Amino acid sequence: MTACGAPVVTLRRGPFSRLLPADAADRTWLRRFVIRVLIATNMVLGLYYFAWRFSSSINWSAWPIALALLSAEVYSFMGSVFFGVSMWKLRVRGAAPLAPPGKSVDVFITCYNEPVEIVRQTVRHALAIRYAHETYVLDDGNLPAIRAMAAAEGVGYIVRSANWSGKQRHAKAGNLNNALFQTTGEFLVVLDADQLAHPAFLDNTLAYFDDAKVAFVQTSQPFYKVPDGDPFGSHAPLFYGPIQQSKDGWNAAFFCGSNAVLRREALMQLGLMYYGRELVRRVRRALRAAEGVLHAAEGRLGSIVDRLERERVHGALHTLHGAVRHARKELRAGTPVQMVTWDFQRAAEAVARSLVQADLAQIGAELAELDGLPGIESGRTTTDMSELLGDDDALAALTRRDASPLVAIGTVHSLLLAVDMDRADEAQPLMPLATISVTEDMATAMRLHSLGWTSIYHYEELAQGLAPEDLGTALQQRLRWAQGTLQVLLRENPLTLAGLSLGQRMMYLSTMWSYLSGFFTVIYLIAPVLFLTLHVSPIRAFSGEFYWHLFPFLLTNQVLFLVIGWGLSTWRGQQYSLALFPIWIRSVTSAVGNVCFGRGLGFAVTAKTRQEGRYLRMIRPQLAAMALLCFAAIVGLGRLAFGFTTDGVPILVNVGWACYNLVTLGVVLTAATYTPDESEVAADEPETAHLAAFVAQRRGRGASAA
Amino acid sequence: MDITFDSQHGGVMVARPVGRLDLLSAAEAKSRLLETGAGGHPRLVIDLAEVSFIDSTGLGALIGALKSARQHGGDLRLARPTDQAKRCSRSRHWTA
Repeated sequence: MTACGAPVVTLRRGPFSRLLPADAADRTWLRRFVIRVLIATNMVLGLYYFAWRFSSSINWSAWPIALALLSAEVYSFMGSVFFGVSMWKLRVRGAAPLAPPGKSVDVFITCYNEPVEIVRQTVRHALAIRYAHETYVLDDGNLPAIRAMAAAEGVGYIVRSANWSGKQRHAKAGNLNNALFQTTGEFLVVLDADQLAHPAFLDNTLAYFDDAKVAFVQTSQPFYKVPDGDPFGSHAPLFYGPIQQSKDGWNAAFFCGSNAVLRREALMQLGLMYYGRELVRRVRRALRAAEGVLHAAEGRLGSIVDRLERERVHGALHTLHGAVRHARKELRAGTPVQMVTWDFQRAAEAVARSLVQADLAQIGAELAELDGLPGIESGRTTTDMSELLGDDDALAALTRRDASPLVAIGTVHSLLLAVDMDRADEAQPLMPLATISVTEDMATAMRLHSLGWTSIYHYEELAQGLAPEDLGTALQQRLRWAQGTLQVLLRENPLTLAGLSLGQRMMYLSTMWSYLSGFFTVIYLIAPVLFLTLHVSPIRAFSGEFYWHLFPFLLTNQVLFLVIGWGLSTWRGQQYSLALFPIWIRSVTSAVGNVCFGRGLGFAVTAKTRQEGRYLRMIRPQLAAMALLCFAAIVGLGRLAFGFTTDGVPILVNVGWACYNLVTLGVVLTAATYTPDESEVAADEPETAHLAAFVAQRRGRGASAA
Repeated sequence: MDITFDSQHGGVMVARPVGRLDLLSAAEAKSRLLETGAGGHPRLVIDLAEVSFIDSTGLGALIGALKSARQHGGDLRLARPTDQAKRCSRSRHWTA
């Protein structure tokens, strides 16, 4: 932990120190200048390489692998373009000014099923934050033990209100949305159950909010109890360093779900805006469905035998249909939706009054008999109708239903009641934190940006969390982040979301782009294998021309990365980027399945304590790839050694490529076979001796999270 | 915060909040409006002339009251919004 105000990362005093200017501001300027030169050079060399690649290098006789590899390279180049563009505006903020006094702050600690002792430590650290604040535990698990702990420590305790029973929970977003309406602080701090806050947390961040446009300040998310060598890649020094700093430069710093301070007004405004938009959308859908229902009903008037009754029903349908048409017209003309729904409901009521008692009894009886429409029972109509409005197929089924014209009137009335300035299918109409994705944080940040709010990335470690201690947990966490990010892309495309600046669009897109890497990694793994075993070459010749075009580009790429990551250990991050290709692929397919086809995502809350289990099973694809690469390298070298081929240099280059892949993939093997060493535990932790003992005891028992 | 209630003809209740309708007073204001709505006066008019400041939390409270009013067969309208109130609610689909 750092002293108040001092940023964590300073340039390491290495062999180049004497060459660098003494002044910190000058050093920052120089670094940025060098980075920009490298970015520009890298871009030019990349284009030079690809110009040649497209025109002269494709081996058409092996076109599947040739084109596949080319597409993978283009993908990677686009990735490096995004990287370069972000880094162009790398923003080093330095120390924050001291916080202004007198602001009201709520500190929220979200928990679900973490062990009580872990949450207790978090509570104690939160209480120790110097700036005056209220502390609350948001217990989504509603556990008596947590409630008792909160009472014992003297902090607030919040559970879901009664409104939430029977409604969608929306996980952490729902938890926070619920708490927002039970508290009143102007600012809120969000901490996960395991994040131990530094006493200076608010002192170092609140001053940023003097700028009225700032919606949130995000800080670093470092971990403690990270195993030696960080086999699980928990530290993300590149992301919580230069990457967030560069996004910050483009005013697109992400909210990461914890270790951040948010402005209540920004969240509430967001809730109101989206409530309004969603309401209009739903009223529009309801009216359209109503028109369909009525139209179909008019066609079935012939089923009524009695002439007088038929005329009466016809009259009622006609009036109602006119009211629907009028409402749709008004809505299109921009009349406030409150007026539209009010006027329509008065008309619908008038029609209902014109029906005689016998008609109403019949409507009731028919509605009660309905099956085939999911969940429609007469007593729960409003909530179910409200849920229907989100479901295109169900709405269409409503129209096609072979019910009597009278029932149509009842249906239309129910549809409009379901909308009625409310979200009957949700626990509360206002949901400030976005619920469209499991990474509610990123979606919320994007929406805030689109409304013109500013975000700040404060590069300081002001809270530390528990790192995953087993491969299963680590993989699950990464899958969740990947799925959530892609969900946001598919549901609210940053390229088209109104209100974002070009820079912001690019920043969001670049993160999403990186998750597509899984598919292309497979190509990068297969290509050397194909060459070494089957002599199938994706390019015409591994000639001098190839090397002259590729190597300068690769070189500047690596130098750029080196300069940006100076002083940070980024190798683990690079390894995991490549090695987790099955996770990235699965995240894309499951996110598409979820958003486009409504399938569940199938993930669980990330455990905060070690889960025992067999991990080699989880990395079967990587093990298969590694075996294949070894085999291919041996075959390739064998062919060279026994004189079956004279392509010495290409074989060696491909063997080198295969070896690089092996070393990169090797990280998952290390992670899977990792067993904790008891002596590590004490070394890493900040002042929590009895917590160490507790966790060690749990590890020994092989217990999973309580 | 102070809210005076004034019954008008036609079963309409006029509520006049005085002072700030913001994150500190919103919850209380909302529950008082809900009581009125549930207590047989679902047709509410909120006179905003003496609201010195309203923020998004305050507007949120009004939405809660609107929802309840509708549930009881009534409605909620805003009257005499100040410039600040208009700016705060911007282009939302409200009636003023």
